[in-house]
Amino acid sequence: MARYIALRVLNYTVLLFVAVSLAYLLAASSLNPRQIYALRQPPVDPDVIETILRNCNISDNVPLLERYFTWLKNIFTEWNWGCSPTNGSVNAEVSVRVWVSLRLMIIGTLGGVVTGVLVGAWAATKQYKAPDRVYTLASLFVICTPSFVMGIVAQILAVKANNALPWRIFEFVGETGSVDDYPMAAFVDRLQHLLLPTVVLILVTSAALSRIQRNLMLDALGADYVRTARAKGLPKRKAVMKHALRTALIPTGTYVAFTVAGMFVGATYTERVFSFPGMGQYAVDAILKMDINAISAVTAFAGVCTMCGAILSDIVVAILDPRVRLG
Amino acid sequence: MSLLSVRDLCVSFPSEAGVVQAVRGVTFDLERGQTMALVGESGSGKSVTSLAIMGLHPENAKITGSVLLDGTDELLTKNDEQMSKIRGLRIAMVFQDPLSALTPVYAVGDQIVETILTHSPETSKEDAWKRAVHLLDLVGIPDAAERARAFPFEFSGGMRQRVMIAMAIANNPDIIIADEPTTALDVTIQAQVLEVLQAAQAETGAAMILITHDLGVVAGNADHVTVMYAGRMVEQGSVDDIFYAPAMPYTIGLLGTVPRLDHKSGEALPILEGNPPSVVNLVPGCPFAPRCPMAIDKCHESEPELTATGETQAGHLSACWRLEETKGLSHGDIFEVPVVRRNELTTLPRDERDTVLDIKNLHKHFPLLKGAIYRRQAGVVKAVDGIDLDLRAGETLGLVGESGSGKSTTLLEILELMKPTQGRIVVLGNDTAQLSRNARRSLRKDIQVVFQDPMAALDPRLPVFDIIAEPLGAFGWDKAAIEERVFELLKIVGLQADHADRYPQHFSGGQRQRIGIARALALNPRILVLDEPVSALDVSIQAGVINLLEQLQQELGLSYLLVAHDLAVIRHICDRVAVMYLGNIVEIGDVEDVYEHPLHPYTQALLSAIPIPDPKVERERQRVVLTGDMPSPADPPSGCKFRTRCPKFLSLDADSQARCVGVPPELSVAGADHNVACHYPEVLRVI
Repeated sequence: MARYIALRVLNYTVLLFVAVSLAYLLAASSLNPRQIYALRQPPVDPDVIETILRNCNISDNVPLLERYFTWLKNIFTEWNWGCSPTNGSVNAEVSVRVWVSLRLMIIGTLGGVVTGVLVGAWAATKQYKAPDRVYTLASLFVICTPSFVMGIVAQILAVKANNALPWRIFEFVGETGSVDDYPMAAFVDRLQHLLLPTVVLILVTSAALSRIQRNLMLDALGADYVRTARAKGLPKRKAVMKHALRTALIPTGTYVAFTVAGMFVGATYTERVFSFPGMGQYAVDAILKMDINAISAVTAFAGVCTMCGAILSDIVVAILDPRVRLG
Repeated sequence: MSLLSVRDLCVSFPSEAGVVQAVRGVTFDLERGQTMALVGESGSGKSVTSLAIMGLHPENAKITGSVLLDGTDELLTKNDEQMSKIRGLRIAMVFQDPLSALTPVYAVGDQIVETILTHSPETSKEDAWKRAVHLLDLVGIPDAAERARAFPFEFSGGMRQRVMIAMAIANNPDIIIADEPTTALDVTIQAQVLEVLQAAQAETGAAMILITHDLGVVAGNADHVTVMYAGRMVEQGSVDDIFYAPAMPYTIGLLGTVPRLDHKSGEALPILEGNPPSVVNLVPGCPFAPRCPMAIDKCHESEPELTATGETQAGHLSACWRLEETKGLSHGDIFEVPVVRRNELTTLPRDERDTVLDIKNLHKHFPLLKGAIYRRQAGVVKAVDGIDLDLRAGETLGLVGESGSGKSTTLLEILELMKPTQGRIVVLGNDTAQLSRNARRSLRKDIQVVFQDPMAALDPRLPVFDIIAEPLGAFGWDKAAIEERVFELLKIVGLQADHADRYPQHFSGGQRQRIGIARALALNPRILVLDEPVSALDVSIQAGVINLLEQLQQELGLSYLLVAHDLAVIRHICDRVAVMYLGNIVEIGDVEDVYEHPLHPYTQALLSAIPIPDPKVERERQRVVLTGDMPSPADPPSGCKFRTRCPKFLSLDADSQARCVGVPPELSVAGADHNVACHYPEVLRVI
């Protein structure tokens, strides 16, 4: 097992290197950071611009391959992902934003996955009955609503709730706000800020996942081995929980691992709406500001996330499915 | 007081087409230690009956009647919670498909332990595990202690079915319901599993309900038989009553249409015209009346009740309005027996006919790959390992053997028309290795195929006309000619012209197979390759298709290369037969000679594993039961590949055995048209 995973990691690492290099080369050859200065009033001295660009290793007067090797050298020797004239050091930005994203996403995603699996599996056992129909309607409604609409609607409702109640429950601007001075106040404040985006994330994640889980569960419910389990004397509930759900979780393992990875850079709207300065925002900003180094770093980060997701899914599937473990 | 009394059990489901009346009034008593067979074709309601008894029917089913356990305990009014105390403890079930009936993610030992602990939670885990190992040992799983930790995917089909049986008898049930327990298995494995079931029944003293469509299995295993048709019991009695004094025309017809392993008539098989009726919106009258030549007006008006036939022992019941007249009638007296018109070609001696297919030393090897990143070759699967075959004009050659013996690979290699791994394939005088692209394409006209599953082989989105016309269009026929040919073909295979614009799902299995045959015949082929052409069809339907194939051979002078697992079918339609084991031919020759004087121990075992639909014959038969499964073709035994399972090998002294271990036997002449690959061939009559 360890050998298998080591081989997989090696495999993914090579892939990651290729992907990030391609991203860098594409960004460096197609984006032109010099343009940012073209419309400045008063005009900036070309020599000054050139110096600024050369300091960040993004001057198009330097041959592409030379810039690429400098970029690689800095990463491998100093773990320096470069800088941008407008945003400063990439390392500094990313090291802050990763944790913002992590804090925002981890509860929402985990909650979404657990809710999605349970709701989907439960709906499958009630197929075509009232609860299943209501759930189907609700989940399709959530899937059809763009996440920024959801965020804003949630904020409007939160304001109404706050106004109606004697104290403020919902906080939804940024990570922290004004902190009272009772014990754990800072922690409670953070939780209050997390509450709304987390709810939105759980809804969005679980709605899509539960549709998948419902279908997987329907297949598993009709499987012969569930009938065997009942024929052995297991009541229906137990046969479903122990025999159907376990098997129906195997494909979900793969799906979830990759979704979790994608969420760290993909939750741009949620970050925007709730003013969380996370990785998703950074990715959009980097492209707008023609920040070649930041784009490469974001790509690398996304790649690492996907890689972790892939390895995670390999492990999860191996745990769930003996055919993978032993076959 | 009976162990189980079922009274007037009716099951119906709502469906979009109307109410499905799956079971209508099933009544029987089951006594301790007895086996009752529920026989019927697909859709006759036999499985639904068993699921209703177990309380495992779909939730939307409507059930009436009564099912009493021990004469007092009504099962139909119990809820799921109460039924689960009975399921697995008093009544256990063995399902048809062992490949899907075990949960793939738990070790088989754990699944048996679960069965034990569900009903006796006070048992310690260790004791339950010990009992699971003991049970696995009992049903004949080698190294049970070790194998209990293995997962279902690590077992072969036959071994999984043994696990299912071990699970069913874990709590010493009073009743075992076996729903087509051997249908998905090879004949040799079927014989093993039936033996295990009998042993399990003897061990627990349980009563058994055996659900099957195979009349041979019934003859050898049942004490009582209930015949079902369209959800209705049409005949019930002791196994001898049913087989030797059937009274209902359907039973008589069914028994008559089964090809027999033990004799060859040389004539067409008796058939049952038509198809079983749909059980949605049933018309009044006896459901069998539309297919019954004896039907009178009364049969179309109202449904006969089960009544005592009166002649033989009590308990023989039959549902027919003309019971008085059916007494003593055989199939030929009631049903028309079709006649196959002979062609002068088939009277020609074999040596004087053209060779249409000649295979010399054919090998097909598949590389076995390993490794997660660097795929490297770790071995070779020798699926076909040096076989010689020749097929003459107008004759039928059958290929038989267990799954994995290389039959289908051989067919595919021939159909491919490419250069094989090693050896030579000559089709109608053309060596496939030397064909140009164009020549290969035009040769495809002459060799066509009919597949096993007629539903999967026909595109569900094409009307029948387009399906049959497709090969014609591919070879550039013009429109008018195609149209004429399609209608001609429909007529040849016994379908009507107005069937042309319908879709495959509107047809029954037998009709679909006829469409498949029409498609194969479209380009006037000389050779037809038939891969299990009737194994997916019901007994009463398969006879019609077999007769059609025979008739077509006579009319068109076709040569057939046929793969089938049913050796009775092979005996009926083949001129010659080749027995394959692990990629080699172990015995080949004239079908009569091979069946009457089988020389190879494997042929003997195969023949002996086929149950014969005749209870008296079955009771007296001595079985050659093979032990274990076929070895992996990636790692075959040295010398004679069959020696690891060979009963003959065990009876030899050490010196003689050394020859089997060291030297692979070659095919050698044993008769006029009879070759065998065995160092110590000896005739053993097994039929």
